Parts: sequence; structure tokens; C-alpha cells
Amino acid sequence: MQTRALTLALLLLAPAAQAERLFVSNEKDNTITVIDGGTLAVTHTIKVGDRPRGIVASRDGKSLYVCTSDSDHVEVLDLATLQVSRILPSGPDPELFALSPDGTTLYIANENDNMVSVLDIAAGRVVTEIPVGVEPEGMGISPDGRVLVNTSETTSMAHFIDTGTKASIANVLVGSRPRVARFTADGGQVWVSSEVGGTVAVIDAAAHKVLHTIPFTIPGVPAESIQPVGIAITPDGGTAFIALGPANRVAVVDAKTFEVRKYLLVGQRVWNLAFSLDGKRLYTTNGISNDMSVIDVEALRVTKSVPVGRLPWGVVVTP
Amino acid sequence: MRALPVLLAMLAAVPALAQPAAVPVGYLALVPPRTVPLTLLDPPLKDEGVQGARVALVDNQTTGRFLNQAYTLNESLAPDAPAVLAAARAMLAAGQRVIVTDLPAPLLLRVADMPEARDAILLDATSEDDSLRGADCRARVLHLLPSRAMLADALMQYLAVKRWRNVLLVPGQGEADRAYADALRRSARKFGLKLVADKPWAFQPGAQRTDTGHVTIGAEVARFTQGLSYDVLVVADTAGEFGDDLAYRQTDPRPVAGTHGLVPAAWARPFEQWGSTQLQLRFQKAAGRPMTARDFGAWMAVRAVGEAATRAGSADPAAIAAYLRGPKFELAAFKGSRLTFRAWDGQLRQPVLLADQRSLVSVSPQPGYLHQSSELDTLGIDQPETVCKPAP
Repeated sequence: MQTRALTLALLLLAPAAQAERLFVSNEKDNTITVIDGGTLAVTHTIKVGDRPRGIVASRDGKSLYVCTSDSDHVEVLDLATLQVSRILPSGPDPELFALSPDGTTLYIANENDNMVSVLDIAAGRVVTEIPVGVEPEGMGISPDGRVLVNTSETTSMAHFIDTGTKASIANVLVGSRPRVARFTADGGQVWVSSEVGGTVAVIDAAAHKVLHTIPFTIPGVPAESIQPVGIAITPDGGTAFIALGPANRVAVVDAKTFEVRKYLLVGQRVWNLAFSLDGKRLYTTNGISNDMSVIDVEALRVTKSVPVGRLPWGVVVTP
Repeated sequence: MRALPVLLAMLAAVPALAQPAAVPVGYLALVPPRTVPLTLLDPPLKDEGVQGARVALVDNQTTGRFLNQAYTLNESLAPDAPAVLAAARAMLAAGQRVIVTDLPAPLLLRVADMPEARDAILLDATSEDDSLRGADCRARVLHLLPSRAMLADALMQYLAVKRWRNVLLVPGQGEADRAYADALRRSARKFGLKLVADKPWAFQPGAQRTDTGHVTIGAEVARFTQGLSYDVLVVADTAGEFGDDLAYRQTDPRPVAGTHGLVPAAWARPFEQWGSTQLQLRFQKAAGRPMTARDFGAWMAVRAVGEAATRAGSADPAAIAAYLRGPKFELAAFKGSRLTFRAWDGQLRQPVLLADQRSLVSVSPQPGYLHQSSELDTLGIDQPETVCKPAP
């Protein structure tokens, strides 16, 4: 407690050092909540298009891309002025996307037409569409940008796509209704959460084989309520955090042994996750309790809850 | 998880141009000639059920493309019982072993009991009969839609949570009305609700189009409910003959639930949660009309076959049937949780929607109704009370 107070005091004294900001998309409110990373106070609430869900920051940290699903496009939020500065086409009902490591391309899942749209950001147009399974959802991109992984909810597969040729490399069957696909920092594995299956598949990214399937059991929580969605893996590849939806918990998984070490009780229907830039905190969006939980990554404790908009969906941290 | 290496081996070993494994799904329905509609609002549907199966077929085909499986739907829509039985024989003679049915209970049993259906699996997409899950159950028949007992429990749990404990039950005269009312009575006992009156509706419908018909029905409903003290009127009118005429006309202002008003159902037009918007839109685009519960039952049935073939990594009907009836089967059907079959009566476990025409009101099971294995088993006939004893 003392250390935290001290840190907080230091942070307050040195505002330049804690320019870190958090952005939370609120699906029901059609807003983005801006939170100061130091004080964890809400500083702005920005009106955007209809049903903002997937969000990602540009590589230069100057813009935030927002999938406004019901508006059928992607909005670009200028992070200096906090205003929507550009509208990008996306194909119908964009939900989630991945940004190429060089920052030039967005790969967008179009839930309604079984396609992944490839958007050239500079040109502001969709350059190609890649057919995938039924209801494309999760998007993960390899650290070198060469491989894209898309999950399709009704087909229950992780589709590996070569970003050069835009051709499918492999299709890996996972648990029902896969949501999020996340590469490890070394690019060796892809972790895929299955919301209805209640599991996380760890896939060997080179062999396209499921190495391990992680199950979750929580005493007193019905198995049907355990619905893995968000995945965050520490940069050292040691620990993975899995948001378990209506189980209201984040699972802490040893990323080497795949053993679940702990379940952290957070807000209701925990959906997506993001680390602070120093990796010391993990932020969670809690869709039903309309708040964001703050997890101390080292102590593995939930330290704070920050009220945001209605039905918070995604969270992004920028410098 | 054992299926995965098999699938991956298949993917690796089978060149793209290899002959895909055929997964034919039979679809057997009784589509009787339609009677005159009771209202101009709902034109009678000629394609209810089968449209859901067709949408699921396309979903299966998209998945099958990646697994080298080719799904087909072999449709037989027959106008009467003899035609249904002939179509069933023809299907079975042609080697069809996985059959989705849209049949009333007696016909379904006649098909299930055919000697040539011995090694076939039937997926009952549309019936709600408790008897098919009870005394008349069959080991090789699975039921996709919630039973009447499940629908009644879904409603009664909600009434109990709302503390609308005093119920006026108004059953219609038809056979299905009586079955629905029986389920409601059983459920009211189960959840400790009080039936303050159990009063059959005897007023004859049919004169509503005459001028001043509204005066007659208004007076009748007011008289019918006079002197009764209750929190909610629960109606069992499965044919839709009078259920719509009860709201706003009772002596005391009370909500209507059951087959009308607040309706427990597997699917509803206002339902958009858990990604179901996707299915609503897909269906609307394909069929040119909104999805009904029967369409949804057929969608689930054909998707269940696809899921079993995908996970079993096999197009062999015996392998599909075994996976469907095995412990690992689960179906994602836009209800926010996995759906599985009850081992004791072949019923698909599922949450039940409570909705009126324009809004989703709630989803049962209601929070707080606990169960030692699955809260979904607080709806309908649980293992200890089942009378289903199928021959092996």
C-alpha cells in the first residue's frame, strides 16, 4: 500500500512521465472513454459511430482505429484533438481487426459476410477480401507481419493466412465459437480462446497443430458460464491472462506448463484485456458491470475498479 | 481432442482436389395444406422449418470446404401421413441414415419404429411434446427444441422471480392446448406458484371480422375474468385462436403470458444477443422473412450434424450418430452458452427466451435457480424424474 501511495505521489509530481492514456470502447453508449494512466481518472468521453467494439492504436501512437460495427466502417480518432478525423471503409459489420506491424494495413473481420477485408490505411480503401469461415471474429497477426490468424465463430476454426499471397495456409479446428487469436511475442504460438467451448487452444504457429487445450474449472461457477474471450500474454512469454466472460474472472495461466495458477475475481462479463506500457498493470473491460478492473500483474491482485461507459468492450493503452 | 490429430492428418494428407467426403442429411417434413389464416397479420408460412435447415446447410458447407466434407440436404416435404411414410422408406432404402424430421409425434414414432430405421438417427427439429421425451422416447431420436415442460418452467421461474405468484390459467380446447396447460400446471407446482383458477376458454372464435366483433369479445373477456383475483393470466392457446384477445380486456389490468403476450420460446424476433443478430440477418436474407422457433429448431438440427461430422472427423453416419449421442458433443447456437444433449431423454439442454412481439424480456433459467450439475437442468424433466426408458 505504501509503495503504491509513493508511486502515485511520484506520478502526480511528474506528469510528463505518465502521459500514458487508456481508451475503452463502450458498445452500448457509442463512446470511447479516455482514462489517465497515472491517476486512473476518466478525462474524456468521446462520441463515435454506432456500436464501437474492436479498437487498436496506430504504430506512431497518434491515432486510434475504432470498429464502429453498426455504422459499417472504421473511424480514426485523432489522439491529439480527441476527434474523429477520418472514416475508413471496412466491409459490413466490422467487429475486430489486426494492424500490420508496419502500421500500413488493417485486417478486418466482417462478421456478416464471411470475409476478412484488407484495408490500405493510407489509400483509405479495401484492397482485397479473403474468404474465411462463417462469422469471422478474432484477428491475430504474427510479430513479423507475415501470417494472419482469423477465427470464425460458427465454423470453429483458426484460419492461417499468408499476408503476402492472401492465401490460406492452414485451417485448425478449435473449440466452439472461437473469439480472440493472439500470437506470443516470439511468434512461435497462437493462443485462441473458445467462448462456447470454454477452452483456450495453444497452437504451434509453424506446424499448425494444437499443442495443448487449456480447460478452466472454478468451484461454484457453472461450466456454461466459463466463456474465454480476451487473451494477454506477458512480453517474456511467462504468463497468460485469459478473460472468462460471465464467470467474472481472469485466469492466470503459466504459459510454459499451461497450468492455471489462479483465478482473479473482476467485474461482470469480463471481455478484453490490455497491459499498461510498463507491463505492471492489466486492465479488463467488464461488459455488464460497466467498469474496468485494474490488476496488479506482479501481486496478482485486483486493485481498483474504474467506472466507464455502458457495455465496455475493448481497451487500448497508448503512450 | 482426439479428433484433432485425425483432422489435421486428413488436411495434410488429402490433396485439395481429392474427392470430398459426402455428408448427406435427410430432411423429412409433413407440410399439410394450410388452413385459412386467423389474422391478416401473419400469412401462413409454407416453408417454415426447412428454411432454417437450408441456412444451416450453407453454414456447414462453408466449414466443410476447409475439411474436405461436402454437405447436402435431401429434402422430402410430404403433404400427408402416407406420403411421409413412403418418403421415409425411400430415404432409408437409399442409405440415408441421418435424418432431420419436422413431424408431429405420432408420425415421428412411426418413422422411428420402422425396422429399416434401426441404425438411423433422427433429429426431431420441431416437436415440443413431453411424451416424446418421456414414455414414448426412443434411443435414436434427439430433440432440438425445448419441450413444453422446459417452456413452462422457463415462464414459471420468471413469474416466481417477479413474485407474480397468483396465476389464472386459461387453457384452450385443443389437444396441444391441453398438453401445454398440463406442463404449466406441473411447473406451477414445481416452483410454488398458485393457480387461483384453472378456467378453460369456451367462447367460440371466428366472429371477429364482423362489425362490432370487438364489443362481443371485450365483454366476454371482462365477464370471464370478473371476480377473480390474480397477478398474471397465463394462456394455453397453441393454435392462436383467442390468446391475442385477452390483453387490455380483463376486468383487472393484468399482464398476459404463455402462448401469447410474454412467450417462452427457443427463438424470437426481437432476440439479438450473443451474436444472434448474425443468424437473424442470414436467415432474413435467405428466406425473405424473419426466423421462427421451428426454423431455428431445423437450423440447430442440421448444424448439430455438421458439428458432429466436423468433430468426429468423419462422414460415416455411425460415427456422426455416436458423436451426437456422446458426452463430447456441444452446439453453439447463439444462447451464450454451449448446448448439450441430456443423456436420459435426448433433449437438447438450452436457455429459453422470454419475449413478446417487440422485446426480449428475460432469458431462463433465472439467476438463483441452482442445480448440482447444470443450471439448464432446472428447466424441464430432470434425470431423477424422467420416465424415459428407451430400448437399447
